[in-house]
Amino acid sequence: MVLYFLCLVLFCIGLYGVLRKRNIVKIIIGLGIIEYAVNLFFVLLGYRFYGRAPLHAVDQKILNMVDPLPQAIVLTSIVIGLGITALLIAIAIRIYERYGTFDITKIKRLKG
Amino acid sequence: MMLKIVDIIPLFVVIPLGAAFLISILGKYIKHASDVMVFISSTLLLGFSIYSRISLGHIEGKALVYKVGGWVPPFGIAMVLDGLSSFMLVTVNLIAFFVMIYSLNYMERYTDKPKFFTLFSLMVCGMNGMVLTGDIFNMFVFLEIASIASYALVGFGTEAEELEASFKYAVMGSVASSFILLGIAFLYGFTSTLNMADMARILSYKQNMYIINFVSVLFLMGFGLKAALVPFHAWLPDAHPSAPASISAMLSGVLIKTLGIYGLVRVFFNIIGSTKEYLSILMFLGAVSMLVAVVLALSQWDLKRLLAYHSISQIGYIALGIGLGTPLGIFGGLFHLFNHSIFKSLLFLNSGAIDYTLGTRDLRETGGIAKVMPVTSRTNLVASMSIAGIPPFNGFFSKAIIIIACVEAGYFWYALCAVIGSILTLASFMKVQKFTFLGTLKERFIGVREVPLGMRFSMVSLAFICIIGGLLVIPHFRFFIGDAMHVILKGTGYASVVLEASR
Repeated sequence: MVLYFLCLVLFCIGLYGVLRKRNIVKIIIGLGIIEYAVNLFFVLLGYRFYGRAPLHAVDQKILNMVDPLPQAIVLTSIVIGLGITALLIAIAIRIYERYGTFDITKIKRLKG
Repeated sequence: MMLKIVDIIPLFVVIPLGAAFLISILGKYIKHASDVMVFISSTLLLGFSIYSRISLGHIEGKALVYKVGGWVPPFGIAMVLDGLSSFMLVTVNLIAFFVMIYSLNYMERYTDKPKFFTLFSLMVCGMNGMVLTGDIFNMFVFLEIASIASYALVGFGTEAEELEASFKYAVMGSVASSFILLGIAFLYGFTSTLNMADMARILSYKQNMYIINFVSVLFLMGFGLKAALVPFHAWLPDAHPSAPASISAMLSGVLIKTLGIYGLVRVFFNIIGSTKEYLSILMFLGAVSMLVAVVLALSQWDLKRLLAYHSISQIGYIALGIGLGTPLGIFGGLFHLFNHSIFKSLLFLNSGAIDYTLGTRDLRETGGIAKVMPVTSRTNLVASMSIAGIPPFNGFFSKAIIIIACVEAGYFWYALCAVIGSILTLASFMKVQKFTFLGTLKERFIGVREVPLGMRFSMVSLAFICIIGGLLVIPHFRFFIGDAMHVILKGTGYASVVLEASR
């Protein structure tokens, strides 16, 4: 239960970073933390203490096995996260070229 | 050789994905390769989507399941073609086809056409996959494909404002995606399955109000942000005007509906099972979006920004219609979804045409271009009257159905909101007509010419669909929206339909 709670704390830290930080790079890091928190939660869902890999062998009884599906899913999700992070960093570099700053309070040409 | 319809289903994902791959490799070296390939893929997709929609009418149970890799559901990934998916497929591919034709000419102004068409194909692939998949995690993956492609497309011009809008959109969009993934994680932890039909079956007998409520809120936030309902709308008025006009047409026309409204409907009606509370939240958000966005739109002077605010407002109509939960309301909501995708993409294409010839889209600088650009001005008139709900055009029928459904269900206040929203919409489009097309032509615009043939073709075709779109209510064509409505009305009965069809 403590693990799930810590996972929630991690998620909130990431959300805080996205919502409150003014530096674009820190916002991207915050997004990364959110993604890790969700991925960690997904892996935790399938984890069993003292469990083993779900491999079936002759004359062996599996009593307590880890659910492998969340792990496969999290792999996909990590790759998606990588894609988003790479795109965001590319945009951040271009923004720095145009505005000369990473501070979002100074990047506000859009209005209305 | 005739293809079986079941075998067509994966092609909706394979064709655009293959096209994106080939364009990104060959487009740089062979001139016009990207144009030819994207034309072929879009035409094929449009043909297949209409063919599959027509064939679906002859099938028992109105659902087809393609089992990826031969795994029988609930194992493995299933792709489900039912009335709602088919309806969305036709809408997405119809708009994508016309936008593609428009882009062939319009994108000449930008430097890198092959990259544009690569991202465009990826976005279409994501949306097609999203509406077809029967697996909730797979839905998330396709949602991300479409989203990432759209983040990149919003910043395609790499001007300062475009990058800023793209960054804002990408950050908010990824937070929304994280909420959706968290919701999926909770649902998986509770039901131990990822197949949507199986999930619905398990949820129907395994009740736990705490988890269901929490998951509903997560999905409402996630999909609500993708659909730009009002408390979550802040990214849309920046992102949609910043994209190239043809992409604005795709974003406003189909992306917010596929990623937002379709996701909401699928999860809330078919998996979780709609309760009165969620429907009333959806209706409330819809009504608020309708009024707030249209008031904000009235004061805009940038043409595309004004149109973007109207997208939020019209999404409100769709949410209100679907949120009513009565057959007539859902019919009206879906009908408005189709109509809005037609006339809003036409309006954005018009704004692109104005930008293309005049080089500005500020309403204060244009004026009197009806004489020099007759095609743009006439199609824009048709689209404006459609969105404002003037009788012979398609927008009138869908708005009228939503308002009648509101009154029938006893929600007079919402009906009143819808009427007021419609009047304000008319007012703001009269402003567009007055400042852009009527009045005297400015001196520096005297030599301008009408846009090239491809752009004219798209605009005229979409305007034609606006005019005949009202025919979809007559009984002979009603099956197109009717089947989609039945899927929603069936609610969690979706499970038995899909599991039956996958035998």
